[in-house]
Amino acid sequence: MTTTQTNDVPLPTYKPKDFASDQEVRWCPGCGDYAVLKGVQKAASALGRRREDFVFISGIGCAARFPYYMNTYGMHTIHGRSPAVATGVKLANPKLQVCIVSGDGDLLSIGGNHTMHAIRRNIDITVLLLNNRIYGLTKGQYSPTSEVGKKTKSTPLGSLDFPINPLSLALGAGCRFIARTLDVDLKLFDEVYTRALEFRGCSLVEVYQDCNIFNHGSFFYASQKDTKPENTVLLRHGEPMVFGKDNDKGLRRKGENIEVVQLGGGVTEDELLIHDETNLMMAHMLTELAHPEFPEPMGVLYADPTDPSYDKLYGDQVEEAKRRYEGQTLESLIRGENTWTVGPAKR
Amino acid sequence: MSTPPLAPTRDPESLESVVIRFSGDSGDGMQLAGGQFAATSAILGNDIATFPDFPAEIRAPRGTTFGVSGFQLQFSSTDIHTPGDVVNALIAMNPAGLKVNLADVAAGGIVVANADEFNDVNLKKCGYPEGYSPLNDEQINTSYQVFAVPMSRLTREALEGSSMSIKEIDRCRNMFALGVAYWLFERSIDATIEHINEYYGALKKRPDVAEANVKVLKAGYYFGENAELFPARYRVPPATLAPGVYRQISGNQAIELGLATVARKAGIDVLYAGYPITPASEILHGLSKLKHLGVKTFQAEDEIAAICAAIGASFAGELGVTGTSGPGVALKSEALGLATIYELPLVLVNVQRAGPSTGMPTKTEQGDLFQALYGRSGESPCIVIAPKGPADCFDSTIEAARLAIRHMCPVILLSDGYIANGAEPWKLPDLDAIPPIEVTFAAPPDNGDGFHGYKRDLETLARPWALPGTPGLEHRIGSLEKQDVTGNVSYDPMNHELMVKARADKVARAAADIPPTPVRGSPSGDVLLLGWGSTFGAIATATDKLRAKGHDVSSAHIRHLSPLPPDLGDLLKCYKRVIIPENNTGQLCMLIRAKFLIDAKGVNHIRGRAFRVDELVEAVLELIND
Ligand code: SF4
Repeated sequence: MTTTQTNDVPLPTYKPKDFASDQEVRWCPGCGDYAVLKGVQKAASALGRRREDFVFISGIGCAARFPYYMNTYGMHTIHGRSPAVATGVKLANPKLQVCIVSGDGDLLSIGGNHTMHAIRRNIDITVLLLNNRIYGLTKGQYSPTSEVGKKTKSTPLGSLDFPINPLSLALGAGCRFIARTLDVDLKLFDEVYTRALEFRGCSLVEVYQDCNIFNHGSFFYASQKDTKPENTVLLRHGEPMVFGKDNDKGLRRKGENIEVVQLGGGVTEDELLIHDETNLMMAHMLTELAHPEFPEPMGVLYADPTDPSYDKLYGDQVEEAKRRYEGQTLESLIRGENTWTVGPAKR
Repeated sequence: MSTPPLAPTRDPESLESVVIRFSGDSGDGMQLAGGQFAATSAILGNDIATFPDFPAEIRAPRGTTFGVSGFQLQFSSTDIHTPGDVVNALIAMNPAGLKVNLADVAAGGIVVANADEFNDVNLKKCGYPEGYSPLNDEQINTSYQVFAVPMSRLTREALEGSSMSIKEIDRCRNMFALGVAYWLFERSIDATIEHINEYYGALKKRPDVAEANVKVLKAGYYFGENAELFPARYRVPPATLAPGVYRQISGNQAIELGLATVARKAGIDVLYAGYPITPASEILHGLSKLKHLGVKTFQAEDEIAAICAAIGASFAGELGVTGTSGPGVALKSEALGLATIYELPLVLVNVQRAGPSTGMPTKTEQGDLFQALYGRSGESPCIVIAPKGPADCFDSTIEAARLAIRHMCPVILLSDGYIANGAEPWKLPDLDAIPPIEVTFAAPPDNGDGFHGYKRDLETLARPWALPGTPGLEHRIGSLEKQDVTGNVSYDPMNHELMVKARADKVARAAADIPPTPVRGSPSGDVLLLGWGSTFGAIATATDKLRAKGHDVSSAHIRHLSPLPPDLGDLLKCYKRVIIPENNTGQLCMLIRAKFLIDAKGVNHIRGRAFRVDELVEAVLELIND
C-alpha cells in the first residue's frame, strides 16, 4: 500500500463547491451534463469520504470531460477504456473511491467490452453512464442507444441498428447494482448516486441526459413535468409499483409477464408488484419495461451486496499467498531448484 | 564451436562441444527430456544453450511432420552463445521427428531412433513411399550412424506388471531415450531421478508414476551399457565459467525474476497485467505465483485492457507492467501513447514473434523494432531496450523499470521467442549489489502554492508522481495536450511544440546513464558487426570464427535502441564497414543509416528462427569480399 493517508486528521466538512475544480466548464448551454456535475459534486461532498480519496475516470466524449471539473484526483483516458484503467487504479489501491463518468458511445460501443468485464468481475467502482443516445463531441452521429430509424449525419436514411439497453446489458453481465435516474431530477439523482457510491462492488447508474444540441428532447417522454408521472415508475424497495399523475396506475404480474393496470374499479394496490431490490428475476423483467408500452423504471432496480468485490477478493488472495508461501523469499526464488557451483564456492 | 563428426572409438572420446536434439510428437515429452539433459549438463559444469522448438498446434495428429516438437541443446567445455548450428546427435522418437530433422544432422552424426514407431502407418503419415523406411535407407546409413532401438517395446518390458495403463506406460518412453542419451554422453542420471521423485512423487502425488519413470530411465541407461549397440561413448568436460553459483534460466523466467526484484528494489508493488499470447504467456503464469513477493497479476479481458489497467496502477502508485507479443502491442499502441502523454512509468514487454498479423506465433523474429520506436500516433517517444539473451533479461528488466520510474515514461523491453524459450546458465546475482530503484512520490504542499503536475525535474525532465490519497495533490491528468507546469488542458500552439520537445528530450536524456558500448575484437578496423537483441550469440560466435580465420572483424551489441548509446556515432566511424545482422528486413540498419549517414549493410534473415553461425559467417564473408 502506497498511499499517504492522513487518517488522524478529522474528516473536513465539505461543501459541493469544494469538489469543483478551477477549470471553466465547457459544455453547451442547456446541456444535461451541468445538472449531473452539480449532482455528483453534491453527493461526493456529502459521502463522508476524504476528497483526496476520490478518483474520477472517464473515456472520450462530452461527458468524459467530467474529471477536469472535479477537484479530486482524475483521469481523462482514451475512448472506451475507462473501466480498464479504473480496474488498475482500484487494484493498486483498494482504499480509493473510484468513479467512472462517461457516455453511451464510450461505455457501450467502443468500450462495451471493458464495461462488461469490469461488471462481471465486480470490481468496486461506480459507473455513471450518461446516456444521451447520440455522439455529441463528434457532432451528431447515432449511438448504440439511438432508436431504430434515427436520422443523423451518418444515417441520412435512418439508422438500421437495434439499440442496446444499458441496464439489461449490465444485469446480463452480472451487475449487482443497477439504477436509473434523470439529469433534471436532482433529488432522485442524489439519492441514487449516493447509494451507488456506497455500494461495495461494481454499480452502474444510467442517467437519461439531454443533449441540447444534437438530440434535444430525446427523453422528454420521461423527464417533463407532465410526462414523467405517466411514463416512468419510481421504484421503492418494499413498496408497490404505482405510477401516474394521480398515482392511479400500477404494475401487476400477468402470468410470466407484467401488465399495466388502472387502480380502482376492483383493482387495489395489494395486487401490484412489490419492489424487491434483491430479486434478480424481477430485476431482469424491470429492465425490459420500455416506453411506450410500459412506464420506465427509475430508482434502484437491483442491489445485491452479497458477493464480495474483486479487489476485496484479490486482497484476500494476496494475504493467502503470503501465508501459503511463507518460506519462499526472493532469494530462494532466484536460486531455483537446481544450482551448481563453479570454482571456489561463494555461498 | 566445432562440430566434428563423431567417429566410433572404444574409449570415451573427448569432445569440445556437442549439439543434441530430441525430437518426437508434441505429446512425446521431448521438452521434458531435453530440459533434463540440459539441467544435468549444466550441473556437470558444461556451458549450455538450449532452444525448444514447438509445433504451432498444441496436439497435432500423432505422427505427422507438423506435430513434431524439438528441443535442441548445445553443451560445451568452452564458452558458447548459441544452441548450435549442426546437430551431432539426433534422438528421433518417430519417423516424423527423423524426417524433419535429419537435414540438420552433421555428416557422420548419431541418430538414435525409436524403431518401434517406424511402422507402416507412421511412415505413411509423414509421407514416405510405401515399403520404404529411412532406417533401411543405405545412403542414410552411410551418411550417419543410425541406431534403431526398440524403445517402445523395451519401455513396456521394463514396466511389466505395472498397474499403470498402457497409455501411461508408453508415456515413459522419453525417459528411455533420455537414459540412452545419458549413457552415450557419460552423464549421471541422478539429478533427473531426483527431479522425477520431486515432481511426480512429492508434487503430483503419483509415486507410481515416479517409480515407473525412474525404472525406464535406468532401463535406457543400462541398455546403452549392455546392448553393445553403440561403438563409443563421448565425453564433454566441464567449461571454465566464472566462479559462482549458477542455475539455468530462460528469458521469460528471467523477466519474472527481474520484476520480482524490481518490487523489492523499488519498494513498491508491481502490477503485471496481461492477456494470454504466445510466446509471452509464461511470464503471466510465473508471476501469478508471486503475489507474496509484491507482484500482482491481472489477466485482463484483452490486450488493451491489460495495458490500461497497468496505467491505472501506475497512476495509483504501483509500477504498471504489461507483457505481450507484437500483435498485442499493435492493440496497445493507443494506450501506450496515453502513458506517454500522461508521463507515468510503465514497462511494456514485447516477446516478439514472426509477423505480420498472427504470423508464426511459435517462431522468433525481430520485426517489431520500428513498431516499438514509432508505432503510435503523433510524436510519441518511448525508451526502448532489448536483452541480448535469456540471462540478460533479468538485468534488462530491472533497467527498464529503473528508467521508467526515473524518467516517468513508458519503456518497451524487446525480447523475442528465441530468448523467451531458450535457456542458458545464469550466475546468481548478488541481490545486495543491485542498487535500489529510487521512487519519490510528491509530498503534500506545505503552503498554499498549489500542486503543479507537470513541473519537471531539471535533470531528468520527469514530472512529479503524485498519488491519489495524498491530500492537497488532487490533480487531473488526461489524454489531451497539457499546459507546461500546470498540466491543464491546452491548445496553445507554442505550448504544444514545447511539450512535444520536452517528451522527446526526456527520453533523450536517458542516454546519459548508458555505459560505453563494449566491443568484441579491436577498437577500430575493417568491419564492425553491429547487433541488438537475440542475435548476440550468433554475432559473437561469428566474430570469433572470422577473427580466427584472420579477418579484421569486430562486433558491438547495443541494449539501448531509444535513446541510442551516446558513443555509438563515434564508434561506428572507427570501422571501414558496418554490417548489421538482423532477424528482420533491416530495421536497425535503416535507423543507423538515417541517424549517422553511414553506408551500413544488413545481413537479414526472416526465417522464423535464430541466425545460424555458419550462415552468418558466410554472409559476412560475402559482403567483405564484395
Ligand atoms: S453536444 Fe450535447 S452532450 Fe455534448 S456538451 Fe453539447 S449538449 Fe452536451
